[in-house]
Amino acid sequence: MGGARTMRTRPGGTEQHGAGAHPRRGLAALRGWGGVASMALACLLATALILALPQLRGDNDPGKDGGSDAADRLTQAAPARADECQAPERSLRPATKDGPTIEKIKQRKVKKLVVGVDQNSYRWGYRDPNKGVGKLEGFDIDLAHEIAEKLLGDRDAVVFRAIPTNQRVPAIQSGQVDMVVRTMTVNCDRIKDVAFSTAYFETGQQVLAPKTSDITGYDDSLKGKKVCSAAGSTAETALKEKSFGADIRTTVPNQLDCLVRLQLGEVDAVVTDSALAAGQAAQDPTVELKGDKPFTTEYYGVAMKKDADDLVRRVNDVLDDFRKDKDGWRASYDRWLADDLGDSAGPPKPKYKD
Amino acid sequence: MTHPPQAPPQVPAPSHPPLPTQAAATAKAPRQAPTPARSTAWAEGVDRLRAAATTEPGRLRAIGAVLAALVLVFGAVTAWQTTSRADAADRVLNRSQPLSNDAAAIYRSLADANTAASSGFLAGGQEPAKVRERYQRDIDRASEKLATAASNAGSDASSAASVSQLNKLLPQYTALIERARANNRQGLPLGGAYLRYANDTMQTRMLPAAEKLYKAENERLTDDYGDAKPYPWLAIAFGVVALAALGWAQHRNYRRTNRVFNTGLVAATTAAAVALLWLLAGHTFARSGLNESYDRGVKSLNVLNDARISSLKARGNENLTLVSRGAETVLVGDATKDKFDVAYQRQMARLAGAKAGDEGLLGRAAELADDASGERPVAAAAKNVTEWKDRHKSARASDDSGDYEGALDKVIGAKSAEPTGESFDNVDAALDVALAHEQREFKRAAEDGKGAMTGLPVGAAVLAVVGAAAAVLGIGRRLSEYR
Repeated sequence: MGGARTMRTRPGGTEQHGAGAHPRRGLAALRGWGGVASMALACLLATALILALPQLRGDNDPGKDGGSDAADRLTQAAPARADECQAPERSLRPATKDGPTIEKIKQRKVKKLVVGVDQNSYRWGYRDPNKGVGKLEGFDIDLAHEIAEKLLGDRDAVVFRAIPTNQRVPAIQSGQVDMVVRTMTVNCDRIKDVAFSTAYFETGQQVLAPKTSDITGYDDSLKGKKVCSAAGSTAETALKEKSFGADIRTTVPNQLDCLVRLQLGEVDAVVTDSALAAGQAAQDPTVELKGDKPFTTEYYGVAMKKDADDLVRRVNDVLDDFRKDKDGWRASYDRWLADDLGDSAGPPKPKYKD
Repeated sequence: MTHPPQAPPQVPAPSHPPLPTQAAATAKAPRQAPTPARSTAWAEGVDRLRAAATTEPGRLRAIGAVLAALVLVFGAVTAWQTTSRADAADRVLNRSQPLSNDAAAIYRSLADANTAASSGFLAGGQEPAKVRERYQRDIDRASEKLATAASNAGSDASSAASVSQLNKLLPQYTALIERARANNRQGLPLGGAYLRYANDTMQTRMLPAAEKLYKAENERLTDDYGDAKPYPWLAIAFGVVALAALGWAQHRNYRRTNRVFNTGLVAATTAAAVALLWLLAGHTFARSGLNESYDRGVKSLNVLNDARISSLKARGNENLTLVSRGAETVLVGDATKDKFDVAYQRQMARLAGAKAGDEGLLGRAAELADDASGERPVAAAAKNVTEWKDRHKSARASDDSGDYEGALDKVIGAKSAEPTGESFDNVDAALDVALAHEQREFKRAAEDGKGAMTGLPVGAAVLAVVGAAAAVLGIGRRLSEYR
């Protein structure tokens, strides 16, 4: 995932980081028009979504405010690619039929779903050393159990594989895991390599720094500061595109390793998903999220092998239930995230491309 | 009394004009010149010197002086060369080998502390007391040995650099572990992140420095062996020359006086011969003792230390496989594999060999073990390594099938679960016994070697003084015949 390219699309506008550096597909002549067209489309979408989408958090308005914000900041957005990658969080319509991928899983000697998770993301996927030996828990873990139950009829028919941030895509491609449920942002870059389910959570990048720090957010206050991010994360990509003069050489296998560096004074700030940053702040009361809201809007999705359509549809079906079920999304949110993230209006609505 | 022995020299004088060590040129010309009448004291002194070269008493005096000097030089060179060798042997026994042992202990303690820390983490928020004690003991030993190493590193720049680096990193490492523990106790995953950072510090910075120190100390040991073992050729050469000169002097004496023995010269010859024999025998014994201490001790110790470090690394990696749960992978050929399991396999292959015919470090240790009490613990270690590998396989199978708890039980669980930890502890204990045995072997042989040189420098000096005195007396006896 080494490339410094990504593109994020949000309901309220299109933002692309540094795609301009990759003009390979861009037809210069079409660029301007494509940009206009995409912005127009994006505005339309935003209007629609403001009405339709329940807001996850009051302070995180992905609408025009965030959109113009992003547009101001990221003027280098290359609209040429917006044509082919609009709203990457759109997935395949749900279905309950088992296809070849699911059959293969069911025919395993050990009939278990192999799921790539994290064991370092507080409240998402982590190991509480004081509870049962080696037990993983968190929002993502709940979801993985849910999928296993619906697919294989047993909540515990899961083998958890902890994978580092930059191995999420390779782990799926090599078949090391059946799916990745690991706070993984759906974006245009990644949908080229893997298939995603519908979005199950909305988040965005945010800066985390000590309370006493003079850093105010993802802005000029980062100048000359050492900023840490996880290798292969959207945070790393964002920083590579615009660092505000910060030293961004420190990259680590996991976002939590950034908090270690921060506590040891090796870096001055951390950039990561706000959902994860909140988990870091929960582990260290001397740090806080900087800036009013995340400076991007992203969606988490379950990643699967690119051609595993049957599995994607099946997982989308599970997610549909998960969103509606009162023991599902809402219960998990209240259990794991409400303390750190506050009240939620509910999960993001699924979007489909077919 | 004035003449008798003086007549013959006139006749054979031309037959052997050059004295072996006296300058021949000065001896030749003034021989015919008659002794002038006595004059001033100054002139007399000069004349005497001249006469010394021309008259028999003079020659005798010169011969006596040369013999005494040769014997004394032989003694001095022997004392010097054997002292330097005895010193080197002493350094081998009391300094460089213990230091190399200490360096190995530092390396081992650090690796063991890291392994204990990861075991403690695997066990949960409250690590078992035994594991904590083990960690503490390792850290204590490492810092204690580092202090010794620091005071002994002396002028060796590379050792000193490694020691100071380790001295700097050790408190950092323990601080990271303490933070990991504190967070772990609160149930925060941050503890695991600190543990990974600590492990990284250990693996990429501390263990390489410790290995460097170990290698530098081993080199120093090899150098000291190199200083202790070479034959003292110079001393031997002087000994042979002194003996030859003494023999020649006695032969000359016999030719001129028909007396077979001159007690003084015989005594001097005996003293010199005894010193030379002592030198040869003492050094040969010392050498064989040192060789034995190297072949039976140091070689085995090196292999066993390597084996122990490999087993520690393998254990640490086995733990980390479960700590990281596949979080870090490496590409082996086309396959993505767990980084720590790959490292475990590599260390096990080093330890016990990867394929048929390759017995690994334990195989080499078994070859080097030269008696039953050395072979027994090595065989026990090999047996336990086999068991460890089998158990590891079963633990991996559990983990791969999703039974993480089962895998954990098979690695750090109670005895009833037949954990790999038990096999590892057995391997470690067996290697400890083997190391202690080889250390004793080394010590015994090196002490024998060093003992063979005991008294040699002083003895050689005393014998040389006695020999020189005897030579002077012997010549003096002849000389007195002219008074």
